Amino acid sequence: MTPASAVWLAGLSVPPAPPLQALAADPGHEHPAGPGDHGGAHGSGHAGSGLPVPWPLAEWSAFEWLVLLLLAAAAVGYGWSLWAGSGRRRVSPWRPVSFSAGLLCTGVGLVGPVAQAGHASFTAHMVGHLLVGMLGPLLLVLGAPVRVLLRGLPTAAARRVTRVLRFPLLRFVTTPVVAAVLNVGGLWLLYTTGLFPWMHASALGHAVVHAHIFLAGYVFTAAIAGPDPDPHRSSFRVRAAVLVVFMAAHSVLAKWLYAHPPVGVPADDVRVGAQLMYYGGDVVDVALIVLLFLGHHHATAPRTSGRVKTASSAPRM
Amino acid sequence: MAHPEPTPATHSTPPAGPPAGEHAAAHASSGADAARTRRRAGLSGFLFGCGIAAAMIDLFIFHLGLQWHHFYDLSTHEVALVTDGFFHAFGWFITVWGLFLLADVRRRGGVHWPHWAGAVVLGVGAFQLFDGIVDHKLLGIHQIRYGVDLLPYDLVWNGTAVLLILLGYVLMRRGGRAHPRA
Repeated sequence: MTPASAVWLAGLSVPPAPPLQALAADPGHEHPAGPGDHGGAHGSGHAGSGLPVPWPLAEWSAFEWLVLLLLAAAAVGYGWSLWAGSGRRRVSPWRPVSFSAGLLCTGVGLVGPVAQAGHASFTAHMVGHLLVGMLGPLLLVLGAPVRVLLRGLPTAAARRVTRVLRFPLLRFVTTPVVAAVLNVGGLWLLYTTGLFPWMHASALGHAVVHAHIFLAGYVFTAAIAGPDPDPHRSSFRVRAAVLVVFMAAHSVLAKWLYAHPPVGVPADDVRVGAQLMYYGGDVVDVALIVLLFLGHHHATAPRTSGRVKTASSAPRM
Repeated sequence: MAHPEPTPATHSTPPAGPPAGEHAAAHASSGADAARTRRRAGLSGFLFGCGIAAAMIDLFIFHLGLQWHHFYDLSTHEVALVTDGFFHAFGWFITVWGLFLLADVRRRGGVHWPHWAGAVVLGVGAFQLFDGIVDHKLLGIHQIRYGVDLLPYDLVWNGTAVLLILLGYVLMRRGGRAHPRA
């Protein structure tokens, strides 16, 4: 999702394509002051750069550093596990590629120009959300981090990890219905309550909202179609039904946002952002549907030998 | 109900064409199996047809191409908006479902492509008629075009839908009859 594609989307049906305020692409661009500068109380801006950053810089940096630290830790942990388990069953080379891409997406959404532009532009905010809440988690989940970790650890340590994975709380949260409610329910709360201004006004709010969006996105993706071990995986039908309802709720929210901009955000900006949410969400959701069916397709493959008729080998859908 | 698959090589058979039909005949050992395979192939085509009509034809032709449709015309009430969301999600879901069903039918025997193509046409027509009656008229989610007299558009829309349904049905029948042993 580049700003260029956002411009393209804007041209689809928002009659006057709004000037996209040159989001991340042009940090030196003078951002027009207007009703869009929510949190204008903070808006002193960078010295010299000309881009108003309505944000307490010191606290923002703390969050930025924390995210970078966590992403680096995840990368090192994944790399170490991969190396430590190199004598065991082969891991597809696409997994580490996907995991790295997921880290990159999440990082771009939380740190740097896109994330900073998100304070002033709703469209940039939505680009960040797609990266942090949908695309990043999808790519990370496809990296199968738990499988890679278990493969790399000595048996005793791996047992401890699987014990943690069986915690009742984790089991509850990874139930598809709960994960979907946490994910899309969180978004509904964010855009329909006072949470959205709070997120922009407070560093804590920013951190809490983004941590939730990322974690809920990850857990939901893993619960629906993740390759990692899931001791209590729901049936295919339940996961399929939850995914359809989730996709519907996501697109309804996008259209609702289109018609009801959050307080203090210009309508043009919201309309571009809402369409980005709709179509960007579609791309990731369709990928999830394909993954879900792919798992089912492999699980229901017909036997290659023998003439035994088994009801279980037939696909149930 | 599993088809006997004597060799793993069956899985890597190249797609399409008459060979697939012969293939099906060779492996569909009983009439019941063949009928079931044909039914599932038909369902696959129908789902895929409905799905592409719901998810892609509207998006690429009417929304992006002709620009008759808007992302959201802001006149819809909540119930219709929610219904629209479900149609949207279900459209993509059945598109993918239809394709995976097709893959499954192929690995279990074979697909007779004219029959499948007929099912796709039937599916497109069925969804278009559904869209024209339920979405446009009953729920009023959106119209075909804005700022014009709708009657000719509605007539063409629903008339084409009925024609597609008939065409799809005929194609399916002929494809099915040509289907060896089914």
